[in-house]
Amino acid sequence: MDASERPLVSVRDLHVRFPLSRGMFGATRGWVRAVDGVSFTVPRGETLALVGESGCGKTTAARALLRLIPATSGTVSFDGTDVLALRPEPLRRLRRRMQLVFQDPYSSLNPRRTVGDAIREGLLVHQLAAGSEADDRVRQALGEVGLRPEFALRYPYELSGGQRQRVGIARALAVGPEFVVCDEPVSALDVSVQAQIINLLQDLQRDHALTYLYIAHDLAIVAHVATRVAVMYFGRIVELGPAAAVFQHPLMPYTRALLAAVLSPDPAARRSHAVLPGESPSPATPMAGCPFHPRCPDPRKDAACTVTVPPLEEKSPGHFAACIKEPVVETTLPFGP
Amino acid sequence: MTAPQPVPAPNPLLSIRDLRTVFPTGAGVARAVDGLTLGVEPGETLGIVGESGSGKSVTALSILRLIRPPGRIEAGSSITFGGTDLATCDAESLRAIRGRRIGMVFQEPMTALNPVFTVGSQIAEVVRVHERTTRQAAWGRAVAMLEAVRIPASAERAHQYPHELSGGTRQRVMLAMALVMHPALLIADEPTTALDVTVQAQILALLAELQQSLGMAVLLITHDLAIIAAVASRVVVMYGGQAVEEAPVTELFAAAHHPYTEGLLRAVPRPRLPNSPAARLAEIPGSVPPATAWPAGCRFHDRCAFAWDRCRHEMPPLYAISATHASRCHLAAEPARRTAPAPTAGTPS
Repeated sequence: MDASERPLVSVRDLHVRFPLSRGMFGATRGWVRAVDGVSFTVPRGETLALVGESGCGKTTAARALLRLIPATSGTVSFDGTDVLALRPEPLRRLRRRMQLVFQDPYSSLNPRRTVGDAIREGLLVHQLAAGSEADDRVRQALGEVGLRPEFALRYPYELSGGQRQRVGIARALAVGPEFVVCDEPVSALDVSVQAQIINLLQDLQRDHALTYLYIAHDLAIVAHVATRVAVMYFGRIVELGPAAAVFQHPLMPYTRALLAAVLSPDPAARRSHAVLPGESPSPATPMAGCPFHPRCPDPRKDAACTVTVPPLEEKSPGHFAACIKEPVVETTLPFGP
Repeated sequence: MTAPQPVPAPNPLLSIRDLRTVFPTGAGVARAVDGLTLGVEPGETLGIVGESGSGKSVTALSILRLIRPPGRIEAGSSITFGGTDLATCDAESLRAIRGRRIGMVFQEPMTALNPVFTVGSQIAEVVRVHERTTRQAAWGRAVAMLEAVRIPASAERAHQYPHELSGGTRQRVMLAMALVMHPALLIADEPTTALDVTVQAQILALLAELQQSLGMAVLLITHDLAIIAAVASRVVVMYGGQAVEEAPVTELFAAAHHPYTEGLLRAVPRPRLPNSPAARLAEIPGSVPPATAWPAGCRFHDRCAFAWDRCRHEMPPLYAISATHASRCHLAAEPARRTAPAPTAGTPS
């Protein structure tokens, strides 16, 4: 496969386990399978959304992919390079090409350093620019995110939430990445500011040919940004496919329930749909069979669901789901036409 | 101010008049709530929607008189509930109402629950504070209430500690604690914001069901217009410490008058097909100004596409749009200006 066709990021059978220690001597009493065999690819220029509820492993998977936390096993390939096998120096060089935008830009910015310092730091670490050239790059990065040059001299506490998130994006952008992991980048922001940041991320993607991994729980926003969607539950991907297919014809009962739980901002569309019972299980709880079976509303649920771990299978071209029952294709409102 | 005021609720359970709650800060006095008037009728769900810094949560805390000094409710404010002015009444009258006639739930159930007591004992404690009753009877009421909020095996779960419960169950416990005295009014401040979407749907359904069975009014405070659309009967939109629009929920969503409300409604990502043409979200430029320095005139003027001179100098009153709909916007007096918008207020920053 030639380099231009190869997905920029390719994750194979990624596992992340944390030791579960109990008692005062901290003996390990088992493992939390936070990420339990996750595989996906992100083609160049696309946005893969990793969605799911709290504890599903979406953030852990992204951090392991970036090697911010160690993976237990699996492979991550970035433009043909095996990320998990890299030694420190080549890893440092690769990190320039993969950046991260955090949910809460306030806690990710040093309160004692100016905005300009925060952006300049990446340039210095990666030896991209220094002195007045670095100042130019800082100004340019601020301009790209819609901030005036004098913002370089301000401190994080002087900024609004939306401005801080713009700085977080400028900092990621300044080093010229190809791949940006956006971890819930707008969930801490007000509605009126959310729209500004979503639009900005889309403009930057177009102008810089960026590839995004977008981590979110808000499916209405995901529908705006994603080209592909992977739904996670209990550390596994349970549905994966082109965004239009996943939203319009969800195959897995969990995806259908998740979409049905999205509230429509329209009082005329008030629905009295069946509410999915229960909550997402903790990955520390061992569970046999399909992890969703205790909550699954599908009438065809049977004993096999409690025994067989459903593999992620291609049910229609490019659309994968982890369910041992034949998929029911139905258009889900309110995402239908 | 000479313009017509909105029609007050005919028979309000709670009536807030000209509430002003202020906090001295290093940067000056933050006028977090600055002249708020609203009423909650028995049995209704009034939604207050606003962004951070709009004053919506300070309103909830003011009603319960939980404003911590040096913050204070200014003289001239009144919060009337069943004949008592909560803004000025003595501590004893306040205790007789708070937790008994008015229940409350907040966003983060973990911080509101005491980690060293079982959930059953915390609910029973509420009963014993407000009523002369035996420990056993109070415990029985606690267990019954846990059952009412649909916690399975409630008799056993009552013996659990908060950390043993999931986020959704903790919020159910908070509801049980707020409702055990069968209050006439429940104040719910972002009750589902920290929860997963599937659990949020459960809690909102439960809230609607309990409201029916207990016949209480709910004051629901949220930043999320979709939650308002799903549960509120009437809506107050807050901006800059003031009510800027008030209307029945269907009217607000179908025919918002205030440019801020219009902007908020347009900015909400609507469920849609991915990659369909109108992929760009509508933005409101700028951000909410700080409460220490509200702009002169209309507090939204520097983010408003329609603003003209009058908006920069004269604070708009709440104009009556109809018998049930009010808007704090001079466009109500000069509707022709809406068809000729000024160029947008400029770049985001």
